[in-house]
Amino acid sequence: MASADNSAAVQAGKKLFNANCAACHKLNKRAVGPALRGVSAKYDKEWLYTWIKNSTAMVKSGDAQAVAIYEEYNGSVMTSFPQLSNLDIDNILAYTDYVPPAPVAVANVPTTASSQESEVSVSNTLILIALTLVFLILVTMLFLVQRTLMRIAKLSGVEIKPDPKPKRTPIWLAFVQNQFLVMISVVLLLFSSAYFVYGYFMQVGVDQGYMPLQPIHYSHKIHAGANQIECKYCHSSARVSKHSGIPSLNVCMNCHQNIAEYNGEEDLENGYTKDFYTKEIKKLYAAVGWDEENQKYTGKTEPVKWIRIHNLPDFVYFNHAQHVEVGEIACQKCHGAVEEMEIMYQYSPLTMGWCINCHRETNVKVESNEYYAKIHEALSKKYGVEKLTVAQMGGLECGKCHY
Amino acid sequence: MASNKTYWKNINQLNSEDENLKKLEQNEFVSKLPEDFSTDERLLEEGSASRRDFLKYVGFSTAAATIAACEGPVIKSVPYVVQPEQIRPGVANYYATTIANGHDFASILIKTREGRPIKVESNSDAPTLGCANARVHASILSLYDNLRLKGPSANGKDISWDNLYLQTKSILKALKSTNKEVVLLTPTLASPTTEKIINDFIKIFPNIKHVTYDAISSNAALNAYQKHYGKRALADYDFSKAKTVVGIDADFLGDWQGGGYEQGYAIAKTPTKNNGKANMSWHMQIESNMSLTGANADQRVPCTPADQKKILAYLFDILNDVSSKSNLSNNLKQLTEKAAQRLKIAGTKGLVVTGIDDEVAQETVLAINTLLNSEAFQPKQPKLTRQGNIDKVNSAIDGIISGKIKGLITLGVNPVFTTSNGKDLGEAIKNLEFSLAFTSKMNETAANSQFVAATPHYLESWGDYEMKSGHFALAQPTIRPLFDTRQFQDVLLRLSGEKLKYYDAIKANWNSTILNGLSWNKVLHDGYFSSGTSLNFTTPDFNNINVSPLHEASSPEMSLILYTKTGMGDGQEANNPWLQEFPDPITRVSWDNYLTISLADANSAGLKNTNTANGALNGSYAKITANGRSLKAPVIVQPGQAKGTVGLSFGYGKRIGLKEEMQTGINAFELYENFKRVQSIQISALEEEHEFACVQLHNTLMGRGDIVKETSLEIFNTKDKKYWNPVPQVSKDHIEFEVTSPEVDMWQEFDRSVGHHFNLSIDLNSCTGCGACVIACHAENNVPVVGKREVRKSRDMHWLRIDRYYSSDETFEGDNQTKENISGIGDSLSTFGKMEQAAENPQVAFQPVMCQHCNHAPCETVCPVAATSHGRQGQNHMAYNRCIGTRYCANNCPYKVRRFNWFLYNKNDEFDYHMNNDLGRMVLNPDVVVRSRGVMEKCSMCIQMTQKTILDAKLEGREIKDSDWNCACSNACDTGAMVFGDLNDKESKVAELHKDDRMYHLLEHVGTKPNVMYQVKVRNTDDV
Repeated sequence: MASADNSAAVQAGKKLFNANCAACHKLNKRAVGPALRGVSAKYDKEWLYTWIKNSTAMVKSGDAQAVAIYEEYNGSVMTSFPQLSNLDIDNILAYTDYVPPAPVAVANVPTTASSQESEVSVSNTLILIALTLVFLILVTMLFLVQRTLMRIAKLSGVEIKPDPKPKRTPIWLAFVQNQFLVMISVVLLLFSSAYFVYGYFMQVGVDQGYMPLQPIHYSHKIHAGANQIECKYCHSSARVSKHSGIPSLNVCMNCHQNIAEYNGEEDLENGYTKDFYTKEIKKLYAAVGWDEENQKYTGKTEPVKWIRIHNLPDFVYFNHAQHVEVGEIACQKCHGAVEEMEIMYQYSPLTMGWCINCHRETNVKVESNEYYAKIHEALSKKYGVEKLTVAQMGGLECGKCHY
Repeated sequence: MASNKTYWKNINQLNSEDENLKKLEQNEFVSKLPEDFSTDERLLEEGSASRRDFLKYVGFSTAAATIAACEGPVIKSVPYVVQPEQIRPGVANYYATTIANGHDFASILIKTREGRPIKVESNSDAPTLGCANARVHASILSLYDNLRLKGPSANGKDISWDNLYLQTKSILKALKSTNKEVVLLTPTLASPTTEKIINDFIKIFPNIKHVTYDAISSNAALNAYQKHYGKRALADYDFSKAKTVVGIDADFLGDWQGGGYEQGYAIAKTPTKNNGKANMSWHMQIESNMSLTGANADQRVPCTPADQKKILAYLFDILNDVSSKSNLSNNLKQLTEKAAQRLKIAGTKGLVVTGIDDEVAQETVLAINTLLNSEAFQPKQPKLTRQGNIDKVNSAIDGIISGKIKGLITLGVNPVFTTSNGKDLGEAIKNLEFSLAFTSKMNETAANSQFVAATPHYLESWGDYEMKSGHFALAQPTIRPLFDTRQFQDVLLRLSGEKLKYYDAIKANWNSTILNGLSWNKVLHDGYFSSGTSLNFTTPDFNNINVSPLHEASSPEMSLILYTKTGMGDGQEANNPWLQEFPDPITRVSWDNYLTISLADANSAGLKNTNTANGALNGSYAKITANGRSLKAPVIVQPGQAKGTVGLSFGYGKRIGLKEEMQTGINAFELYENFKRVQSIQISALEEEHEFACVQLHNTLMGRGDIVKETSLEIFNTKDKKYWNPVPQVSKDHIEFEVTSPEVDMWQEFDRSVGHHFNLSIDLNSCTGCGACVIACHAENNVPVVGKREVRKSRDMHWLRIDRYYSSDETFEGDNQTKENISGIGDSLSTFGKMEQAAENPQVAFQPVMCQHCNHAPCETVCPVAATSHGRQGQNHMAYNRCIGTRYCANNCPYKVRRFNWFLYNKNDEFDYHMNNDLGRMVLNPDVVVRSRGVMEKCSMCIQMTQKTILDAKLEGREIKDSDWNCACSNACDTGAMVFGDLNDKESKVAELHKDDRMYHLLEHVGTKPNVMYQVKVRNTDDV
């Protein structure tokens, strides 16, 4: 539809737009600044060049249009982009003017898929029916052969006597009478049931795989996966505190003040459409009291009651800072591939055996930490090893985690 | 075939209708088994459940519990909407603030977690009153008292603040227009800005008169100082500069003149070697009650209040070299001469202090210290923490009762409860035209007042104080007000029509008059500011002091000496379960006040203390009659109590604004006639008995000198360590070895040379027994309160106790000799029997005991589930979740420091203390687990704090400094008696103390090799 030249300009414009403008402007919607779709129709091109390159100067010079915008947006200043050339601006405008063609409905695709599927199932049924028929024929044939043979035998005077059955004790009685076997099996039964009972009790209170539905569908897959946001950007307390901390909503708004709708990939099978995600963002706005229309906080807040997934018992002391900062252990080691989790769940069993095991296997990060210098030297001499495990540092002592 | 024979068991079986027989057939146990449950015993007796029913219940409830346990609870986590910048969940913040409630004044630090204050610590940087006593440490719990007032009220009905302003303002205006007198009764404020606000307020309402009222008065001392120095204040003393201290009825380690002297005293009391010869202060205490100060004295002289005055007068005469007309007994004369001689030798290093409620006596002391030119005596920078004026208070109270005064505004004082004529006052307040009480808790005065204005706790308030001339302190809120409360100053500003808030007023006042251009933020951060200014005066002339009234003092047959207990003070915090359960350092009794009486007087009056079968202490009730009033008080026989005197403490007996459990004791203020601590009374025995909750039932050491080792200064200086602090010897193959030698060790020594090795040193010389550590430990470690009934059964939970021992001879040295001289079994029985009895005027020793963290711990070897084990850092660990409650460890512990949770003490209506309500639980330390029923617990050497120190160092990638190590008790110890640190750090203080000659371990001969060490107590008992 669009000429090749134009589409190249749109592509270049999109890049520039995303890099420079998207933080404050949206195409169809007012954000920090006005919506930009069709902006070239509203303003003269020359005016736009000057405005984008240095808006402040324009406002100061008292340009009527500039002052109007400035006032409409409560005196928030638009960043100046002197580095953009007129061509760049043209490209951006080409992008903002570009209306993408309506998506073409591909109606026949699903039909093909379903017909293929039914073909497969039809052939299966046919084979089954054929097999059954063959089987029936075989049975009938055998029956007929037997009848013929019996008849021949009768005619030739052969007497067919049934085998005299020797008097045998049934196997179950023999089993019951054999005390040794009974004992062995009772013992086996007891052991195996004990094994299963033990297994049952050992999983009581272990919530591995716990995946509760949260009040807001927050996707770690999108944030940590697709957008590559560092874990500790939101869970910043993990650096200094025993708690990793659930980020307060103002942290969400650092980005979501500008990201009001979801434009990433969809997962239609599970119903995670763009609309679905956008609605979840609105839930955040309701909680934090963000008035999208006027780009203002209303002050009416409704704290989000997340459901806690990782629950250590009260009698266990665990410190995130110790593991994340001092031990430099990746979050994923305990929490799994969070960046692939659409819904967060408990990856590890969080049992004591699991903790202890890791303490036995993991080496202490002593490099360039002045604290360890003396202790490391003395201990490695004592154990005759260069690398020390947490256990060798005393990480298996009860009092290190229980007090 | 079954036999049909019947075996007769009883002739009654002939009668098949016998009811008793039927009952017997049904019932396995004829008589009730003795039971020991905490729940109401009556209920149990009334119950009809049989043993089988019981088993059924147990079966069902176990099954139900098992099923219920399979489903985990859903836990919600609610983050902030907007997280305050300085709050990081899991990281504590500290704020410097000041407590000033009219009785306790101190610069302190508040530890907050997630915005909740959870602990008080001393602000040790502050140059004055930077030490928190037990009450100040406990005051944090009063913040979370759910009986605090939650909003203002008028005539018993809740009203809004606007309404209160409107009503009070109109009444005040009406009173002003008719010029009717109104009294504003406040405690000592010592607050420059508050005083300014009050003065401005009085300018608007000139009919209001401001009267300062100390519930426990220091009037005589204030008068004496004012007379000679021109300011209503108290001379300050620096005990660290005093080498000879003579205290006459001055409990300066307690609440004498506002207290806060223990730090200086302890410094002087610790022997410091100089040129190989140790030197320490000498302290003589002349008093009637056995006070904390007397217990610490090198020489204690028990005598009646009249004798104290005579001694002071005689001392004055000797020091002035004038002939004396003293009619003292010879013995007391000699002792006074000894004191005078030592004071003369000490010269400027001498100091005399007194707490006698007599202006002449107080003047005499000022004169003596001026005469001695005492370095410790600091009249130039007087303390301002007591300013009450009895004459004005009396005239105000008389005016209210007579109807001359028409209005009363009270701030944080409760005169209806704390004056002897409180009942009349209460009735009179009801009839006043206007009465307004500012208080944070309901009390007797507020209950009778028309308006009650709810004030916030000090941790929710702003404030500024001048505790000592030139020494300022600031208070800042550490939490938003929990309830709808307003500060007194804010209300006053509003009533005077100011737009300003109290905070703005403080800031403006400080910037204009105090700071002199210094940064307000820095002072707020530090919590204190010293301007260095001092009073200007010419040395007063004490020549015309006439001590003859002191010489002529006469003594009634029985004197009552009212005093303040270390735990309760003036009783403001009576609804604080930590303080109620805090055992008195001297009597070791908790949850009560009582009449202390000497054994001789008790015997002659027929009063006695007895122990019940389980050891609990009972005491007879005595009837006290004074000025036509009579009171019933239980009696504790107190060794060291002067004959002819009894003691009774303030702070108890309150009934309003307290939980039922906390309504203990009797109100001594009823006997506080004319604010005199000494009253003439008669006592007689009553038939009834009182049940005490006493935590120490054995009072003497019985010659076991290796528990509290002590020696005299002379021996310490002249003899070898082996003589006065020998390591116990054990014999192996008929060869004597020191018990510490590896030769006689059954255990394999663990290598402790790597990493940290924590040790705690406790200096018995500088430990005054003040108990701040006990409360600090309580707060840090979520130790539960168990209540009087349980303490009586010896189920107190304190992880740290301070044992107090009396000598049964005149001295502990004498005890040891008596024990040495025992020969034969008959002699040993009779002698030990006698030694159980404390002497009439015993020596006293305090010994804080907590888990000793033995390297060879007897508890660890007997635990069947390995719940208690040893850490390589020297701490004895206790995994509560692993403990199954066999209590073997407690039985095998030679130090008796393990505590068992007999019940669930949190969320249990049977134990309705702070852990039974959401508000009270806010004080819990989130880093320490709250233990459940059936679990053994004990001191962990604050492993949560040592781990925190280590982690901080790791995070910052640095080595740990000696000063970084802390545990709750050593932090709270302002006298420096407790020192905690890493023994493997050779530079550390604790490593130095470990090598000190005075170092010994408790019960060293057992061979447990503890990580807690003690320093031998050195007494300065030698004559010079």
